[in-house]
Amino acid sequence: MVQSYRLDKIGLVNREKKLSFKFNGKKYFGYEGDTLASALIANGVHLVGRSFKYHRPRGFFGAGVDEPYAIVQLYRNGETEPNVRATEQELFEGLEAKSVNCWPSVNFDIGAINNFLNIFLPAGFYYKTFMWPRSFWYRIYEPFIRKAAGFGVASKEHDKERYEHKYEYCDLLIAGSGPSGLASAYAAAKNGARVILAEDKPRFGGSLLTSDVSINNQSGKEWADNIITELKGMTNVTVKNRAQIFGYYDHNMLVMSERVTDHLPKSEEFTPKQRLWYIRAKQVVISSGSIERPIVFGNNDTPGVVLASAAKEYMKVYGVLVGKKPIVFTNNDSAYETAIEFKKNNINPIVLDSRQDSNSEIIKEAKSLGIDIKFSHVVVAAKGYKKVKSCDIAEISEDKQNLNQIKNIECDCICVSGFWTPTIHLASQSGGKTKFKEEIDAFVPDKSKQKEVTLGSANGVFTLEETLKTSFDKGFELSKEITNNNNSQQIPKVSEKKHSKHDKFWCVPLPKGKKYKRFLDFQNDVAVSDIELAIREGYRSIEHVKRYTTLGMATDQGKTSNLNGLQLVSNIENKVVPAVGHTTFRPPYTPISIGAIVGREIGKHSKPTRKSPMHNWHKKNNAVFVDAGVWLRPRYYKRGNEGLFEASKREAENVRKNVGVCDVTTLGKIDIKGPNAAEFLNRVYTNAWLKLPVGKARYGVMLREDGIVMDDGTTTRISEHHYHMTTTTAQAANVLSHLEYYLQLVWPELDVNVVSTTEQWAGAAIAGPKSRDLLQKLFSDTDVSNEGLPFMGFVEANLFGVNARIFRISFSGELAYEVNVESDNGNFMWEKIIEIGKDFDLQPYGTEALSTLRIEMGHVAGSELDGRTIPYDTGLDGLVSKKKDFIGKRSLLKKAYNEKDRQRLVGVVPLDKKTSIPEGSHLVKDPKGKLPNPKLGHISASCWSVEHNNPFSLAILKDGKNMIGSKLYAMSPLKNKTIAVEIVSSHYVDPKGERVRS
Amino acid sequence: MLYIKCPHCGLRSQNEFAYGGDASVKRPELNKEISDQEWDEFVYLRKSPRGKHLELWHHVSGCRQWIKVLRDTSTHEIFNTYKSEEKVG
Ligand SMILES: [Zn+2]
Repeated sequence: MVQSYRLDKIGLVNREKKLSFKFNGKKYFGYEGDTLASALIANGVHLVGRSFKYHRPRGFFGAGVDEPYAIVQLYRNGETEPNVRATEQELFEGLEAKSVNCWPSVNFDIGAINNFLNIFLPAGFYYKTFMWPRSFWYRIYEPFIRKAAGFGVASKEHDKERYEHKYEYCDLLIAGSGPSGLASAYAAAKNGARVILAEDKPRFGGSLLTSDVSINNQSGKEWADNIITELKGMTNVTVKNRAQIFGYYDHNMLVMSERVTDHLPKSEEFTPKQRLWYIRAKQVVISSGSIERPIVFGNNDTPGVVLASAAKEYMKVYGVLVGKKPIVFTNNDSAYETAIEFKKNNINPIVLDSRQDSNSEIIKEAKSLGIDIKFSHVVVAAKGYKKVKSCDIAEISEDKQNLNQIKNIECDCICVSGFWTPTIHLASQSGGKTKFKEEIDAFVPDKSKQKEVTLGSANGVFTLEETLKTSFDKGFELSKEITNNNNSQQIPKVSEKKHSKHDKFWCVPLPKGKKYKRFLDFQNDVAVSDIELAIREGYRSIEHVKRYTTLGMATDQGKTSNLNGLQLVSNIENKVVPAVGHTTFRPPYTPISIGAIVGREIGKHSKPTRKSPMHNWHKKNNAVFVDAGVWLRPRYYKRGNEGLFEASKREAENVRKNVGVCDVTTLGKIDIKGPNAAEFLNRVYTNAWLKLPVGKARYGVMLREDGIVMDDGTTTRISEHHYHMTTTTAQAANVLSHLEYYLQLVWPELDVNVVSTTEQWAGAAIAGPKSRDLLQKLFSDTDVSNEGLPFMGFVEANLFGVNARIFRISFSGELAYEVNVESDNGNFMWEKIIEIGKDFDLQPYGTEALSTLRIEMGHVAGSELDGRTIPYDTGLDGLVSKKKDFIGKRSLLKKAYNEKDRQRLVGVVPLDKKTSIPEGSHLVKDPKGKLPNPKLGHISASCWSVEHNNPFSLAILKDGKNMIGSKLYAMSPLKNKTIAVEIVSSHYVDPKGERVRS
Repeated sequence: MLYIKCPHCGLRSQNEFAYGGDASVKRPELNKEISDQEWDEFVYLRKSPRGKHLELWHHVSGCRQWIKVLRDTSTHEIFNTYKSEEKVG
């Protein structure tokens, strides 16, 4: 197909490189350097989609980030992406895209029936219509809205692309590479500042690419190219294109999204698709430019109605005509550049200027070129459905209220300009106020809140000369404050055309008897009549009007619609625009992909995976792993066809019968040193610590100040002023912070130091009746007899030449030891234990068997110490000292903590001795009781008791102390189970604790 | 994301720190008899002022020191930071 709208001798695309692409299944050609939009327009494709609500045909409106219409579904390298703006997506070989929001096709869309039923779709339509009847919501309304709404479909596949995050620091961050951005970046960089210059488009230069100016006798583009080349060669400057600064956060942190490979057919290996930059800048220059705003008229959403500046950009950057019979409709001088550009390319435009007359330099030039200019004329309505075919025009009265006789003239595009709106999003996000500038009918930044300055047209300055002067000055001044250098640059000589004043005119009145839709928000289909209705219905605050009508709430965030909406509200309300105010600007400025926000923190990368030094042994020996906090731990070691239940039962039985070994490296370990260490422990734990001798361990419980149990574990006195504390795996980090808090802030007079040693030690728990015999073989030169190493004893020993620590502590209720060696020796220790353990029928056991052993012993763990229980509740009240004070003690006096029927830990056995009780089940008296059935307690942990060969559970039960022997029901509505149970002691095995001392 | 000057390490981003609440709260002394109300106020009651607030931050991913930060809760302006033992004046 011929690119029939492509011009021959103009534009910056690379005509040497032809690219093929597909749109809605049809093949086209474009050039390297095109956007999807420019390539489609070159091929005469003007219909790209359907609007959100009425499904009216949609074409192109802008040429960049402000585009409200041209949103497509993109297909690239086997993946698909919704909500892609065709005006930003660069063309690559093999690109495929499809229209969105239309069914069955963009040319014949059933949803367009909404357009003819639009009397039923006024402002607040969703609120009004879908409120009743309630039962219709799920079955009828929601599926309908889901089908009708949205700009494409999200892929259901995992995103195979790579996204990265980067942190950066600089002196000056400059957002936008137009004249103000280039000038300030250049001045600052030459003065020694570290500068980051970000441009969201592929090409640097902003308005200089298309404006008819000269700087130091060069064209705007030549000057920009030279500045960029020089900046790129400087080591203190980072220059990024395709990089959108979309958010301004606290303390001068800004976030930038860099589209690294979106413009290529696929990402190269090791190259991310996008990169998110977190940039902390000492100073920020906002040089984000301005966006042309439309004039509102009848059917102004018809494909072929475009911004005048976009039409110029399509010609000058892409060499593409948006139409061959253009109307230029304007209230100001800037659109004349578009008209002149058409004329230079042998196209005859007609200019309709709402002003009565103007005689500025550029209008004289237009006249001299023979361009047909009609002053005091407006477009009343566009005609044509899928493309503009003609338009109704009329002369307008001086007060802009009345239209003269309407004439129809043929045209194929209407290039509209209602003057310029500064892009103040970043300045506003920084927390700064805005002010309304009468001369330009728009808001500009007021006083800065953070260290930021807005320059150029973003600040409402529309002449190049002033822009360059202020930007060179500001770049120098800001850099001087930081670098103390004094190298200022000469401000270049500028020649540009002087502009006359624009006309404060933004909306064409409806001719008598006509009800044309006049759109404000093109993406969400918000028309003038919708705003009028919202105000008639009593909405006053601009924030409410926005939400009720959805004005400015689409993915373009109202970049082209907000100000006209405000003008309308102020007109109806008879207020001035600043009194109406504007809605809040929030990041992101443009839609950012979820992938970029997530970065590398996906799947296993979302947090570090910690593995013990024995991990590879576990893996080789058929361990099935489980996530335990950030650690990977063996849950069980699979033999043959065993499942979880069979394997963990075998492992636990072997501990009770012979001996087992379990990797306990993950336990939190804290080294505590200092002359006041004993006193400190005495304040941290509920029990007494002053008299613990060297070489002995003690079990301790620590509380929060509110009396709730925080953690438990054993602490061993290694030497006079040196203790080794263990914490649960889950609470290790919290306990360390807790100890540091008290040492640094509450009791700084205590001479104690704490440091985490969790990763310094590898640990193996050896448990079972044969554990001592095994230990004696492992440590042949150490006395590990009951006398030499009694229960809760500690000794340093030699494991075949490796230094080891042996703690005689037990989590399983059996005779047991815990051996620690330095992490690097962990695997050596483990393999020795396995090797020598063969003679004692040793088996490794995982966390599941570990749980079984502790549950049937009635030993509490995280599921009981769940942040809701005090020592009494978990049967730990025996460890609470009555004599000394400690953290949280005062709270234990609370009335609720001392009620006679206070909850307490109990054991639970099903009456049938067969049915396992689901964890989380509620204990109730009457299984058929009326709802809500009073809950007496809950099952905290369940296991298959290997000692008794039947199910056993632990529970926290109201008045648990007096409930032993009673019959209750455990109910789990989730598992749909009701089980008759008996309440028993929580110590289901060896209640006297003889084994651990044997 | 705030930029907090740790008195030990220098300027660091907020994601290295954990928030620790009101720094003016003083724990009642050990072994001191106090009323239920006084204790409850210490454990549970915290002011949530709009404006200047002296608060604790823990440099968990840095030097592991608890520091004091004088911050405006509405503007996020940080006026000063202090070591744990430093007098705030
Ligand atoms: Zn620090």
